[in-house]
Amino acid sequence: MRNLINIFKNGIIKENPVLIIMLGLCSILAVSTSVVNALGMTLAFSFVLIGSELTISLIRKSIPKTLRVPIFIVVIGSFTTIMSLLLQAFLPDLNKALGIFIPLVVVNCIIIGRVEAFASKRSVIESLFDALGMSLGYGIVIVSIGAIREILGNGTILGYQVFGPNYNPALFFILPPGAFLVIGIEIAIINKILAKPKKVKQEG
Amino acid sequence: MSELQSLMNIFISAAFAQNFVFIRFLALCSFVGMTTSMENAIGMGGAVTFVTVMASILSYVVYQFILVPLHLEYLQTIVFILTIAVFVQLVEIYLKKAVPSLYKAMGIYLPLIATNCMILAVALLNVTENYNLLEATVFSFGASIGYVLALVILAGIRERLKYVQIPSILKGYPIIFFIAAFIAVAFMGLQGIAR
Repeated sequence: MRNLINIFKNGIIKENPVLIIMLGLCSILAVSTSVVNALGMTLAFSFVLIGSELTISLIRKSIPKTLRVPIFIVVIGSFTTIMSLLLQAFLPDLNKALGIFIPLVVVNCIIIGRVEAFASKRSVIESLFDALGMSLGYGIVIVSIGAIREILGNGTILGYQVFGPNYNPALFFILPPGAFLVIGIEIAIINKILAKPKKVKQEG
Repeated sequence: MSELQSLMNIFISAAFAQNFVFIRFLALCSFVGMTTSMENAIGMGGAVTFVTVMASILSYVVYQFILVPLHLEYLQTIVFILTIAVFVQLVEIYLKKAVPSLYKAMGIYLPLIATNCMILAVALLNVTENYNLLEATVFSFGASIGYVLALVILAGIRERLKYVQIPSILKGYPIIFFIAAFIAVAFMGLQGIAR
């Protein structure tokens, strides 16, 4: 049980797929213009990641080693197609807002990376916890960037006014350069946080 | 607008006004990972340009002559990614056998390319924008030029960064994103020149 919790926690800070391993940046920066879009992207991403990790983990013993990458791509592609059709049917507005980044989930390096490094070697339960942890790690980053950009760039959060009607939004943060700036700041902060405990250990 | 003008417009728009890296946020993994030196950036840029243009033509043919007649358009994502992966694999095998010197230069970049999101994005955008074969080729070439430009600019700046004192908190990735932010500002200034 403790092992499972550790696997789950790994994805959130220590091996955060975005801030530490630097994968999946495209969707993070492009879609985080508002919190709603960020939550929608997290939903779509988690669906594909959890589905692919579970499937690959279930069939891991019958995958020949030389054919593994094409098989991974087919499994991930199938889940992406299912997710994209579901979004078109039930959440057409969100589908329109996320645009090309919905089909591009298939080339999201986090998913193929986790499938290759984790799900193809571990049990189904472990893979489930890994997928949940990674999804949460991804979600925290994209939603926090979305929140910062929406608050500063639009003066709202989830559509509610934060600063009152007199606030003059800093459009910079909604535009592409703002995304680069905000993720740069977040990486700097997390590096600072992670660097501290190490120093204490060395001194002690 | 004449045919040539509209092609020019597609090219300029893909390369500068809607730059794939700075404005559309595609191919960021390789943008951060492959710009440690100018040599890497140019090698990766060349390989991506070749694969993007070829994959765009291939996926156009597959879409128009296989998926549309069979009414399987909803499978485009999975079919395109498989087409790209197979194409990259074939190029790798061919280069290894036929042109070992080029394989040595380009070989290490090829496996990374199959999961480069720009190539799939160009193939998908060709469909959504209803481009014909010529327009699709010009669009994919413009997109690749924009990509090479982004890589070369960042690699050039990163080579100089080695000689500058950076605040310790910004060392590594943060400073790269800060630089990208300011280059993106410059690219936004180009948005008026094309649709």
